[in-house]
Amino acid sequence: MTRSTTGPERPAASASSPGGGAGWALDALLDDPSTTTLVCVGSGGVGKTTTAAAIALRAAERGRGVVVLTVDPSQRLAQALGVAAGQASPQPVPGVDTARGGSLRAAVLDARAVLDGLVDASLAPDRAAALRENPVYASVASSFSGTQEYMAMERVGQLRAQARSSHAPWDLVVVDTPPSRSALDFIDAPARLGRFLDGRFVALLRRGTGKGLAGAVSSRVRGTVISAMDRVLGAHLLADVQELVAGLDVVFGSFQERARATSAALAAPGSAFVVVTAAEDDALAESAFLLDRLAGSELPTAALVVNRAAGVAPALRSLEAERARQVAVALGTRVDDGDEAAADAAVLLEVHADLAQTAAAERSRVERLLSAHVGVDVAMVPVRSGDVHDLVTLREVGADLARTS
Amino acid sequence: MPAPPLDGLRPRLHVVTGKGGTGKTTVATALAVALADEGRRVLLCEVEGRQGVARLLGLDPLPPRETEVAEGVGGGTVVALAVEPRSALMLYLDTFYHLGRAGAALEKVGAVDFITSVAPGLRDILLVGMVYEAVRRGEGGQAGAGGPAAADERGERPAYDAVVLDAPPTGRIGKFLGIGAELSTLAGGGPIAAQASSVAALLRSPATAVHLVSLLEELPVTETLEAAQELAGAGLQLGAVVANRSVPSSPLHGAGDDELARALTGAGLDPAPDVGALRAQGRVRAAEAAEQAAQRRALATAGRPVVDLPRLLGGIDTTRLYRLADTIAAEPALTGSARAPAGPRSTDRPESPASTSGLGSTGGLGSTGATR
Repeated sequence: MTRSTTGPERPAASASSPGGGAGWALDALLDDPSTTTLVCVGSGGVGKTTTAAAIALRAAERGRGVVVLTVDPSQRLAQALGVAAGQASPQPVPGVDTARGGSLRAAVLDARAVLDGLVDASLAPDRAAALRENPVYASVASSFSGTQEYMAMERVGQLRAQARSSHAPWDLVVVDTPPSRSALDFIDAPARLGRFLDGRFVALLRRGTGKGLAGAVSSRVRGTVISAMDRVLGAHLLADVQELVAGLDVVFGSFQERARATSAALAAPGSAFVVVTAAEDDALAESAFLLDRLAGSELPTAALVVNRAAGVAPALRSLEAERARQVAVALGTRVDDGDEAAADAAVLLEVHADLAQTAAAERSRVERLLSAHVGVDVAMVPVRSGDVHDLVTLREVGADLARTS
Repeated sequence: MPAPPLDGLRPRLHVVTGKGGTGKTTVATALAVALADEGRRVLLCEVEGRQGVARLLGLDPLPPRETEVAEGVGGGTVVALAVEPRSALMLYLDTFYHLGRAGAALEKVGAVDFITSVAPGLRDILLVGMVYEAVRRGEGGQAGAGGPAAADERGERPAYDAVVLDAPPTGRIGKFLGIGAELSTLAGGGPIAAQASSVAALLRSPATAVHLVSLLEELPVTETLEAAQELAGAGLQLGAVVANRSVPSSPLHGAGDDELARALTGAGLDPAPDVGALRAQGRVRAAEAAEQAAQRRALATAGRPVVDLPRLLGGIDTTRLYRLADTIAAEPALTGSARAPAGPRSTDRPESPASTSGLGSTGGLGSTGATR
């Protein structure tokens, strides 16, 4: 690259010229055998699934044994990865170049199946059956939105454990996270569940009297709470909830231990979070928040991936938006005389001006974010026409992610 | 002030959803401004804790109480509310069950934590319940959960002429709006069941319209069509489908490279920029416009009017937001208005309250709703 004038500056400078400047050393990360888990987080609609799949494919084709856990892939991406909901174990992805000894398997998260599996593994068959028949269970398992995060965490733990057992053909787990209300829900899930399970509320629901752990709650308070819940929920639902809590307490008790272990593993060397974002204000604000939270929780951030970045053709970088717009307007005055060359030139200059203006706006937004997050590596993935749904395009995205020159 | 005339079955609750990243919050806010421009009192609710409305309007984060954020040119107002589950629960207990003291006890034993974070289903019903209450609340501030009738039925002017809900994304909207029906089944006859089924009834009535925001790309369009089917199947009334960030198509006449280069140098770009590179950029744009046209046809199969909103260069700001509001005001499929819009121009608009009247400070204006 000839544009090395930005040399001494931080990665922000690389963002200023997608495809130029130093970005994210993805290949070094993937080639390091101690890298075992990469988690893609970010707000909805920014391309987490695509990013996770592209990283996984690149790692596999560089020789790693990889499994990618996707949450909600588009139909065509799922097809390309050879995955379908309901498959119990990760399936080999067809068409991957395994010349360097790597492999790629893919799985789709099925929260209900994971929870059912937990229930069956934690409880005696008759209790498991009774719990599954509780009317509130079906609703917790399939409809309530927090379940996905808890179960994604559980599934990541399972895949990591399989990797360590050395029977599984993978030693790198790449994770896409659920489309949460907040990108942090995934990270916070175990702690939130733990707070709940260790809390007095569960003790209070579980025990008939205010004894033991619940002893801290006076019987008067307990009476007030139960009667309030009774009035709001109705006796019927309260009984179902109490029964469910008693059953799930055992299930989640063991889940929580593992989730804690998984959380701790995600903070340890070998794991890293990839914050995926679009170059729009909303997504960037969410990403800034996320970077802060990761740093605050001492969770390692591998990089910020800015998807769908606008950029002008390298040969046209010196043609500024304002100048292009000016000339387009001047040419426009000649269009009325039937000057077709002028009309076409005006259209092409307008297109260029739009691109240059968008790219400049995105650049300044990303730079603003980076000025508050020094030391974060950035990968800019240029916008491409059409969705990413085959291995060829995933490879291109992977190359964009790894572009450091 | 006399109430604006009712246009028959015009929706009172506008639910705005869409795939993540399609611009739901922008469309919801612009719709609220467009309705306020008709002289209406509009409540704009967000439920995801993202403070997107405040960010869009350049304000400090909104408190969990109703706060005026914008004025319409027609004398209407936009009041925003960041609905937050914890305060919703407290208000809920206090207002509907007169259990204010129980709230403290619930907090003490950690039940509030359970309800608002671990059991997201209960959280959703609280959030939807707050919106329900705002739709039904009368000017005098009276609310009711199956108790007092809605303001309209009491012959009282409602506190808000319209409520716009910046709703969860399409991936969760079915669950979110279906929570009333689900809980009313689960809770079999309890009080929360009664509340849940009233909520479900409002959501399925002609007073509610669900608008779907999409981009003209394959994934969002597929998700939009799926959501349209799911929501209609659940008995919800669909409003408009918004095709956000659409680009104009500008066909070329077929001038040759040399002619183009001459035209460019003739207009002052000397030496002429790389014509091949310009053409390549043009081809990408043309392909994008063609793809968008195809996706727009696919969106139309939802059977709802498709409203185009242009892609805004350099992102959204307050001025551009008001321009979008003007575009939306002319779209009856979104506003639900039977009449042609008065056609306010951006230039007539009072400046952003954030810059003129000090409403930007979150503590500046108290609740315009009921003071309980």
